[in-house]
Amino acid sequence: MATLNVLILVCLGYVVLLFGVAFAADRMAAAGRGKWLRSPLIYTLSLSIYCTAWTFYGAVGNAARSGLEFVTIYLGPTLVMVSWWWGLRKLVRIGRSQRVTSIADLISSRYGKSNTLAVCVTILAVLGGTPYIALQLQSITLSFSIFAEADPSGLYREGSSVFWVAAGLAMFAILFGTRNLDANERHHGVVTAIALESVVKLFALLAVGIFVVWGVAGGIGPMMDRIDASEIGQWNVDAGRWTTFIFLSAAAFVCLPRMFQVMVVENDDEGHLRTAAWAFPLYLLLMSLFVVPIAVIGLDLMPEGSNPDLFVLTVPLSQGNDWLAMLSFIGGFSSATSMVIVTAMALSTMVSNHLVMPIWLNMQEGSGSVSGDVRNIVLLARRVSIAVIMALGYFYYSLSGGGTALASIGLVAFAGISQILPALVGGLFWRGATRTGALVGLSVGFVLWIYTLLLPGMGAAWMPETVLQNGPFGLGWLRPQALFGIEGIDPMVHTVMWSMSLNTIAFCVASLLSFPSPLERLQGAQFVNVFDHSAAPRGWTGSVAQSEDLMIMTQRILGAGPAQEFFQSEAEQQGGRSRLPEPTPGFLERLERELSGSVGAATAHAMIGQIVGGSSVSVEDLLAVADESAQMLEYSSQLEVKSAELSRTARQLREANTKLTQVSEQKDSFLSQVSHELRTPMTSIRAFSEIMRDTQGLSAEEQTRYAAIIHDEALRLTRLLDDLLDLSVLESGQVNLNMGDDSLRSVLDRAVSSALAGTDQQLSVRRSLISERIPLHTDLDRLGQVFINLISNAQKYCDAAEPVLTISAHDVGGQVVIDFTDNGSGIPPEAQSMVFEKFARVGVDKVGGAGLGLAICREIMQRLGGEISYLPGQGGAAFRISLPLAYRQAAQ
Amino acid sequence: MTDAGDSARKPLGSKPSLFLERQSYRRRRMTDAARLLPFLGAALLVIPLLWPDETVESQAVPLSSAIFYIFACWGLLILVSLFFGLTARRLGRRESPEADAD
Repeated sequence: MATLNVLILVCLGYVVLLFGVAFAADRMAAAGRGKWLRSPLIYTLSLSIYCTAWTFYGAVGNAARSGLEFVTIYLGPTLVMVSWWWGLRKLVRIGRSQRVTSIADLISSRYGKSNTLAVCVTILAVLGGTPYIALQLQSITLSFSIFAEADPSGLYREGSSVFWVAAGLAMFAILFGTRNLDANERHHGVVTAIALESVVKLFALLAVGIFVVWGVAGGIGPMMDRIDASEIGQWNVDAGRWTTFIFLSAAAFVCLPRMFQVMVVENDDEGHLRTAAWAFPLYLLLMSLFVVPIAVIGLDLMPEGSNPDLFVLTVPLSQGNDWLAMLSFIGGFSSATSMVIVTAMALSTMVSNHLVMPIWLNMQEGSGSVSGDVRNIVLLARRVSIAVIMALGYFYYSLSGGGTALASIGLVAFAGISQILPALVGGLFWRGATRTGALVGLSVGFVLWIYTLLLPGMGAAWMPETVLQNGPFGLGWLRPQALFGIEGIDPMVHTVMWSMSLNTIAFCVASLLSFPSPLERLQGAQFVNVFDHSAAPRGWTGSVAQSEDLMIMTQRILGAGPAQEFFQSEAEQQGGRSRLPEPTPGFLERLERELSGSVGAATAHAMIGQIVGGSSVSVEDLLAVADESAQMLEYSSQLEVKSAELSRTARQLREANTKLTQVSEQKDSFLSQVSHELRTPMTSIRAFSEIMRDTQGLSAEEQTRYAAIIHDEALRLTRLLDDLLDLSVLESGQVNLNMGDDSLRSVLDRAVSSALAGTDQQLSVRRSLISERIPLHTDLDRLGQVFINLISNAQKYCDAAEPVLTISAHDVGGQVVIDFTDNGSGIPPEAQSMVFEKFARVGVDKVGGAGLGLAICREIMQRLGGEISYLPGQGGAAFRISLPLAYRQAAQ
Repeated sequence: MTDAGDSARKPLGSKPSLFLERQSYRRRRMTDAARLLPFLGAALLVIPLLWPDETVESQAVPLSSAIFYIFACWGLLILVSLFFGLTARRLGRRESPEADAD
């Protein structure tokens, strides 16, 4: 009853259902509804595109041939999922933070956005993917043919059916896989359809399994007995193949473009991995639970020589259970279609982003503004790529004739795509991995894979028998299936062992020997330390004029609406009023990432580079990213310097304030001092003149004495007023200097004799006459006045029993320095800073003096261009006078 | 490298910090265990290679036992992984600030 027509009808109905589901899901997602579309369950189910028709049909065939070996293909991914904490979590985080569009994009982005690498990975993926697609087409055709055999009408023609299947799948992929340009936007429609297909294929396989175990064998116990009694009933697994296949399937699970698409690109939430970590292995377990029973029953029931790959279909058919066979057919159909659609989508993204776009960009001859609508070109490229990939698969199928066992093609593809693994793992965990290393490793693995596995598997037309037997040019150690003369290894194990180990070694050695570019190092740090800083490195500098060009280009890639929205929000973030944001490094980085979601990292980098004019990763940037702590250190040391500066200023201010307060007090005391100083002589003058006026009969002697006192006091008063006048003239700067030339010695001679003249007190003056032979050009009288003042001060205030004043003169660095040091007790430290102030007198006013002498000295010395200072710690009072040696110009 | 360290940086001294400390410690050990799981899985799956195969006719392991062993290991891995997934989610939820300040 299961005629071909019914089958085709069911098929079409199923496809229509898929279209409907995909369409509805897209609509719901667009409307913002359907939260369940982003649930971990959908994510887990979408991962199950790992189980292709190869799994659905081929696993049973594999089990019928070699027992439990088939299970390795599921154990590898199980181990990967279980170890999500190691690798997948990081992979997904990087994929999301860098807006990666495909596995080729990830590799290229990690190694300095190198398009060469992306091209290599793309070619590898297409080469490995094409036979795989052919395999799916073959499985659909084979399953059709099973039903066709039973159909008496005989209308079935194999070639045309394959063509229509391929065309239909291509259409589905184009319709739902290229709706939006941004590959990072989730394809909810496709993903939901795939999830549905996952449920269907699991349900179908479980149904067949349950039918076989309970319907045919009669329960678990009898089933186990039949298994043990069958020709595959004993544990017989080659150790090399067992471990190699577990490793291989684990590697392929991560590297396959379609797995990367659903696992990383379509991932909505990192947390989904947590669920998938147990749910996906569970799915795999259920998928493989009934494989061995079906194989064993198939071997029992089916005639000798029937294809074990189709037991899933033929066993229910032979038992007359047509509806179960139909369900099983739909299951296989689901496996094939979902895989083909996602593979075509993933590969087309890679081809358009890494092959078509760079070529197209090159054709633009690096002109600043991009002409034409890039959006349409990218979409067109992607659609054509899907068609071309499907066509390649179709031709591969028709050329190869589809004879080989399903499982072997799948494994060949696995081995090919796994060559990405060293570059991928190295890129995620080793900052020292370089672009050169990745290129070399990838090439070595790729060549070995083609030479030892792909070509020998394609038959004598591609690899002559003589080469297989004796090696190329008779070089025995280069035999494709016995490299380096090591024979007897299973060809699959042989290829995986040599290609993976040499690939890894080449990758490591080339990485160690080469030196990465700055961009590579930045990206390396970003990838390896993705959990530490998810922020992007700054790589661009631009000028305002370029914003408009960027805007034009972005509009052409993202479309006018989203581009304007993006630029507007950026401009608002920058707080500017204009509609165009400043091309700050941060903005350019975000723009690049936005674009890379549509056209891939390498292309987006190149496009922005065309406009902005090359990436400018400076050494400073590199240092900043590579070692953020250095920046922090620098910043904190700057702060320290600033705070030290501030505290220094504060101290200076405090000192200035103290001084100001003192000066103000001095001014007050100056006034009272002046009135006091004037009053004392005035009082005695008045008193004695009153005595002389009022007292009768003063003796002449007395009169003379009183008059002398009055005269003395008047003199003192005059002297005081002279000093005050002198000081005020000096301070106001209106003094006239009479410049003259003489030697220091004669000036000192005159000063000493006039200071000591007419005193009875003994002050011995010690001089070194030789050192005083210094010529001076200065106001000699004023200088003499200073010397006299200092000498008479020593005379007045030196409290030693035998006062001695030492005068020494030196020539120090263009200055004459004259020290006056006595042997008294000196000036107490607290008074030292005040001795040059007016009316400052040290200690009790025991000797008459107005306290103006040193103040005048200081003023004079300033006029003469020198200075006078107190020298502490010389054993007595010590004053130092310094004068310019060749003071030739008169101060005005 | 993991986000497990976040809670460890919260200030000590206040009363809830004891729970947080202990919890982040648990979380870290749980992460360690999750990391070790694939190694356990790999070791379990390599054990069958030590079994005698059909060349040793009398002692060959029947396929039903092999199936039982493999699927038991598989199931064990799934269960442990499920346990880790649930624990991680529970700890992750509790770690979010003020979610349940007990």
